[in-house]
Amino acid sequence: MAVPTYKTEPLQCWNKAKEIRINFYKDYANAHDNGGLRWAGGAWSFGAIPAGLGDDVFPLTGEPYAASIAFDKEFSLRCLEAVEKKGYARDLCSYMRNYWGSIILNEYAFGGKFPKPDFIWQDHICCSHAKWYQVASELEGGIPAYCIDVSVGPHQELTENRIDYVVGQMHDGIEWLEKISGRRYDDEKLIEAVYEECRATSVWAEICTLNKTVPAPLDEKSMYSLYVLGTLKKHSKEVADFYEELRDEIKYRVENQIAAVKHERCRLMSDTQPPWGFLKIFRYLEKFGAVSVGSLYTFGLIGMWEDKEDGTWGPRTTPQQKGITIDNRDQALRILAEWNLSKPEWQHFYSPHLKSDMMIRIAKEWKLDGIMLHYNRGCEGLTVGIAENRLALIEAGFPVMTFEGNMGDEREFDEARTAARMDSFMETLGFELITE
Amino acid sequence: MILVGVDVGAKTIKTVVLQNGSIIAKGKTIAGFEAKENAEALFEQALKDAGISRNDVKHITATGSGRKEVVFATKSVTEVTAAAAGVNALHPEVRSIIDVGAEEGRSIRCDDKGKIIDYAVNEKCAAGAGAFTEAMARALEIPIEEFGSLSLKSTQEIPMNAQCAVFAESEVVSLLHAKTPLEDIARSVNDAIASRISSMVRKVGFEKEIALIGGVAYNIGFVDSLKKDLESDIIVPDDPEFIVAYGAALFGGK
Repeated sequence: MAVPTYKTEPLQCWNKAKEIRINFYKDYANAHDNGGLRWAGGAWSFGAIPAGLGDDVFPLTGEPYAASIAFDKEFSLRCLEAVEKKGYARDLCSYMRNYWGSIILNEYAFGGKFPKPDFIWQDHICCSHAKWYQVASELEGGIPAYCIDVSVGPHQELTENRIDYVVGQMHDGIEWLEKISGRRYDDEKLIEAVYEECRATSVWAEICTLNKTVPAPLDEKSMYSLYVLGTLKKHSKEVADFYEELRDEIKYRVENQIAAVKHERCRLMSDTQPPWGFLKIFRYLEKFGAVSVGSLYTFGLIGMWEDKEDGTWGPRTTPQQKGITIDNRDQALRILAEWNLSKPEWQHFYSPHLKSDMMIRIAKEWKLDGIMLHYNRGCEGLTVGIAENRLALIEAGFPVMTFEGNMGDEREFDEARTAARMDSFMETLGFELITE
Repeated sequence: MILVGVDVGAKTIKTVVLQNGSIIAKGKTIAGFEAKENAEALFEQALKDAGISRNDVKHITATGSGRKEVVFATKSVTEVTAAAAGVNALHPEVRSIIDVGAEEGRSIRCDDKGKIIDYAVNEKCAAGAGAFTEAMARALEIPIEEFGSLSLKSTQEIPMNAQCAVFAESEVVSLLHAKTPLEDIARSVNDAIASRISSMVRKVGFEKEIALIGGVAYNIGFVDSLKKDLESDIIVPDDPEFIVAYGAALFGGK
C-alpha cells in the first residue's frame, strides 16, 4: 500500500500554551502573596462566577490538576497509595484519588506544599464530583464549600424552569461568595467572564472542526495540551485570546496542507480521557500512519457546538456574535447556565444513545476509519454506557477496538497488551508498520 | 515454497513448517524465561525434522504474544490474523473462531475469505483461559490430560459461584470437603470457563460454523460445555494448538 507523505512542522504557539498552563498553577499557589484568593473546584464548575470577586482570584480545577499528577507516574502512585492507606476504595474516581493523595501527602504537583484553597466552588456533574470536595474539605480541616446541582436533564429537554433551578443556585452562590470572601461582587467582571467563556469554548470547537481536513493539522495527543487551557480557566481573556491565535495558526496549516502526522493514512478517534501516564500509545499509532483526530471528549469537554445551516456540527455561535449585550447579573447567569448545560460531554450522563449519536456524527464528519474506545476504569461519568456506544458505532459501520485502562491509575494499564491490541486492530484495518 | 510459522504463546512455543501448503514438520516447546533461545532451538529442530536448511525457507513469520522474541523472523503477524488465516485454510465454512490459550482467549468473526470482521480479546482474566483449568487440575490432583474426560462423567451440575480463578480454588477446596464427586467439580470448572468464553463470543456475535482452536481445545469437557452454552456444534481442527502457527506460516506466503 502506498504511503502518503505530508509536510509537518511543530506548532508555533506550543510554548505559549505551556507557559499559560504553568503560570496558572503558579498563580494559584502564589495567590496569597498579594492578598488574592484561591478557590478549588471541578473544571466544569461555573468558574466565571468567582471571577466577579476580583482579578486576583485564582482557581485550581481538580481534573486537570489530577491529570498532571497522573502523568507523573511515580508521584501518582504515592498519592494513590496514600489514599488507599487512609481507607478509600481503589475503584473510586482516579482523578479524585490523585487529588486527595496530593493533599494527604501535602505535596503540590508543581512544587512545594499543597496550597489550601480559601473556598470550594463546585458543581455536581457526577457522583464522584458530589463527594470529591466534601472529602477534600475534610482532609484540609474544613473549607467553606458551595455546590451547584446541575442534573436538569439533557439540553434538548431544557425548560425555563430547569434553567431557573440552576440560575437560582447561582444567585445564592454569589451571595455566599460575598459573605465568605468579605468582598463586594462586581457584576461587570462576571459579564466579562461570561463573554470570554463563550468565546473561548466556541473557538476551541472551531479549532476541532478544522481537523475535519485531510491531513489533520492536529493530532489528539497534541490537542490534550491545548484543550486543557479551557479546563483551567475557560472564562479568562488570556485563554480566549490564545485559542484565537491557535485557530489562526491551524487555519494556516489547513491552507498549506501541514499535517500533524507525516504519513497520515488512517484516521481514528478515541474516547474518554486517555491513560495519562501512557500517552505514548498515540505516538505508537503514528508508526502505522494512524492519527487520532480527536474525540467527543477532546471536542466536547470544553468545546461548545451546534448544528450549522449546512447540517454539519460546528462551533456554537456566541451571544456576542448574535449581537446580544449582557446588561445585568441575572442575564449573565442565565446565559452562562444555558451555555454550559449544552456542553456535549454533559448530555451522555442522561443516555448513552445521546453519546452514540454524537460519536457517530464525529466519525462521519471527520472521515474516520476506526474508533478506539478506552474502557476507562477511572471515570464512571465518561464511561457510562460505553459498551452501548461500541455497539452503536459497529452498527453504523465503523470498526471499533477497545482497550482497558485507567486515566489516573497506571497500575490498571497494560502497555504491552494494549500495543498488541493496536497491532491487531491496525492489521484488521489493513495497515502495517511503516518502515522509513 | 517453504514457509515457517512460529507462535510464541504465554506458555508454549509452536512451530509449523509448510512446503507448498502442506505441513512437513511441526514442534512445540515450553516458552519459559528464555523464549528467544527456545524459539530458535525449536525452529532448528523443525528444520531438521523436515530435512531442510534455513536457506530453503522463504519466510519465517512470527506470531503470538511473544513474537518479538523471534528475532530471526522475516515477517510478523498478530494472533488474530494468523488464527483466521489458519482456520480459513482448513475450514473455509467457518465464520466464528474461538481461540483459547494458556493465558488469553480470543473470539473472531470473519468472512468467507478469512478477513476479520470483528474480534474481542481477553488477556486480563485467567478464569477465561487455560491457566484456570491447570490451576483447578492441580487443586483436584488430577493430570490435566484427564481433566476433560473426567468432567464428561459428571452426573450433576454444580454451579461455580466464584468469578475469579483465585477464589475458585477456594471454592473447589470447599467442594472437596463436602465430598463432591471429582467429575462434578471438573465439569463445574469447564462450565465456568465456557461461560466466560461464551460471553466474549457474544460480545462480537457469532455465526456458524464455529471453530475452536488453542490448547484448551484439547479439553473435551470444555468443548462439551461450550457447545451447550452456545447451543451449537463446534469444529475442532486436528492439532488445534498449532493452527495459529500454521496461519502465520500461510501469511508469510502472501
